[in-house]
Amino acid sequence: MEVLTLARWQFAITTVYHFFFVPLTLGLSILVAIMETLYVRTGNELYKQMTRFWGKLFIINFVMGVVTGIVQEFQFGMNWSEYARFMGDIFGAPLAIEALLAFYLESTFLGVWIFGWQKLSRGLHLAAIWLVAIASNLSALWILIANSFMHQPVGYVIRNGRAEMADFLALVTNPHVLLQYPHVLFSGVATAAFFVLGISAYHLLKKSSPALFERSFRLAAVYGLIGSLMVMGFGHLQGQHMMKTQPAKMAAAEALWETEQPAAFSVVAWIDEQQQTNPFALRIPGVVSFLAYNNFSARVEGLKELQARYEQQYGPDDYIPPVILNFWGFRLMVGAGTLMALLAAVALFFLFFRKQLPASWLLRLLPFAIALPYLANTFGWILTETGRQPWIVVGLQKIQDAVSPNVTAGSLLVSLIGFTLLYGALMVVDLYLLARAAKAGPAPESAGAH
Amino acid sequence: MDLNTLWFILIGVLFSGFFLLEGFDYGVGILLPFVGKQDEERRLAINAIGPFWDGNEVWMLTAGGALFAAFPHWYATLFSGFYLALVLMLFALIVRGVAFEFRSQLAASRWRTTWDTLLFIGSLVPALLWGVAVGNLVRGVPIDAQMNFTGNLLTLLNPFALLAGVLFVLLFSLHGALFLSLKTTGPVLERAQQIAARLWLPTLLVAAGWILWTFAAGGIKVVALLAAVIAAVALAAVRLWAGQRAGRAFLLTSVTIVSATVMVFAMLFPNVMISTTNPAWSLTIYTAASSPYTLRVMTIVAVIFVPIVLLYQVWTYRVFRQRLTAGDLHY
Repeated sequence: MEVLTLARWQFAITTVYHFFFVPLTLGLSILVAIMETLYVRTGNELYKQMTRFWGKLFIINFVMGVVTGIVQEFQFGMNWSEYARFMGDIFGAPLAIEALLAFYLESTFLGVWIFGWQKLSRGLHLAAIWLVAIASNLSALWILIANSFMHQPVGYVIRNGRAEMADFLALVTNPHVLLQYPHVLFSGVATAAFFVLGISAYHLLKKSSPALFERSFRLAAVYGLIGSLMVMGFGHLQGQHMMKTQPAKMAAAEALWETEQPAAFSVVAWIDEQQQTNPFALRIPGVVSFLAYNNFSARVEGLKELQARYEQQYGPDDYIPPVILNFWGFRLMVGAGTLMALLAAVALFFLFFRKQLPASWLLRLLPFAIALPYLANTFGWILTETGRQPWIVVGLQKIQDAVSPNVTAGSLLVSLIGFTLLYGALMVVDLYLLARAAKAGPAPESAGAH
Repeated sequence: MDLNTLWFILIGVLFSGFFLLEGFDYGVGILLPFVGKQDEERRLAINAIGPFWDGNEVWMLTAGGALFAAFPHWYATLFSGFYLALVLMLFALIVRGVAFEFRSQLAASRWRTTWDTLLFIGSLVPALLWGVAVGNLVRGVPIDAQMNFTGNLLTLLNPFALLAGVLFVLLFSLHGALFLSLKTTGPVLERAQQIAARLWLPTLLVAAGWILWTFAAGGIKVVALLAAVIAAVALAAVRLWAGQRAGRAFLLTSVTIVSATVMVFAMLFPNVMISTTNPAWSLTIYTAASSPYTLRVMTIVAVIFVPIVLLYQVWTYRVFRQRLTAGDLHY
């Protein structure tokens, strides 16, 4: 295989893997901080137990995000050195700021929180977990500011043979990030909610520590409904925004080859990428027009027209992103998100209108529903990143011009195989430890034990 | 002083902080099999760095991020050039990081010894490889006119760089042994003190040898020479206090590490990557740098946030300043 292909696989594997752990860190840090806040305000030991129990799972997950995050920061230089040279003037700054503003805060105060139960006053200890939560979510903001530039370059000039920053404020208020950040933030909220719902449901069925898990369940159901509704809302706005800024991504997500007015929505489709047609599609007229422009008769550009337009603008190349992947990835993401909102709503219906725990069918279902946010998160990123092809930075640099020219295929093969094996093994261990700790339930409260 | 020089100094500060802080937790990791014969002893040693290692590691991440932001070509040349060495280091750092959190999750002794071994390897390998990297930075590597490294892994494994690697391992181990002398009690404390006493002479000899070699090959620069003298004197003086005054001895290895880093950066200046192919192709603080605008933005950010970070990190060291006893085995 050639270097470019290997480098892309390595980036895809390490990044998707990294993002298995990030959303739970984002959402669960806030939820654990809320639990500890309840403990400090009410003095109820049950909330302390909740904080400890979910905190332990938080830590097991957190460390995986940290160690895989180191790879993220290094590999732009390792595998994409031409990208680092061309974009570094802009892209490096948010990464450095992320470390300086967020990583220090997050790591330092997590250490304080883990080891500080006996050494700090309640208020300070609570402050530590809030700082962890704020810092985690702040780090997501900075990395997304960097990522957003790749989708919608703003505040730059091309000078000295590279892209140079011209307006820092424009970079951090990129319209792309203003929608992407809340989308990611609430996907973290939803992920943590379903993580807690699933594990709590398991224990409620087994009637182990019912008081603790009922409270966790209630908290998570509310959290989950808010999270999944907000994530869908911002996702929709993002879609509309991308119709204007990255029409090829959205056309690929809808497998829209021809320009249509009005444009139909394909619920399912058999897609032929070679012939650039869909031999079969179950279509609802006008819906893509409406989703894109709030207007059932709007014109939506198809991939063929976009291809012709981009060839004229940027020269000959293939400007059509992988359609099958984006079409189905998009449906998996939206499907999973919708299902999550429904499940959370049903759980809340039981809790608040029936004033009882959800029926056992729902409790039995929820542990499996933990997979839903992971599915949605993963395919969301696959859509975002592969939908940008062939660009690494839209309109400025293509993927093939970004790869390190001096890293050989042999070296890449070594690292790719190494990362895959190591990450695979660690996933097994991490899932085992998480499942084990989750099933074991809260530890009996003994002084100092953590 | 222009912003390029300022950022060169700031990168130096970040690497000094990284080596100073992560130096002792790499050191503790390397000494783990030697200071802890039993599970509880190893856990005590690990808990001595437990609250700090992750925050310390951020110094490396920030140094990397600052390199990217202020000197993107330095970042690109270094990271793509030292590719396989970095891959190896990343593997080590990954297993090291998870080992901290995973080892105590199960009680089985085979589980724990496995993770403790990984923690040892995961600390030894990055210490060695950072030394090798620093050695190659000082010595120079083959770089072409497009700023790309043209050697391979074997190019990096030259005697001078390998000696720097050995020096890093020894110095960090000594630094870690002194940290344990400061923070632990019981058998771990006794062994740490013994190890510190035994490591002192070999570390001093290797350090002196490497410093002499550096100046013999790279010429004399006043600032570098001054820093080297301070580093060597501080290291020599460790002997005086390694026994009972571990705090002072630890302060001295800290001075050594920071001064040695200053020496390395002073040797480099104004280059950031030296080309052995053609001196004209070396990357300098000007040819490798970001635009003046970006450097200005980053300067404002750094001036505000570096002091804040320093304040709260110092605060955490105060919170966890007490010695750990056998009773501190939680987590």
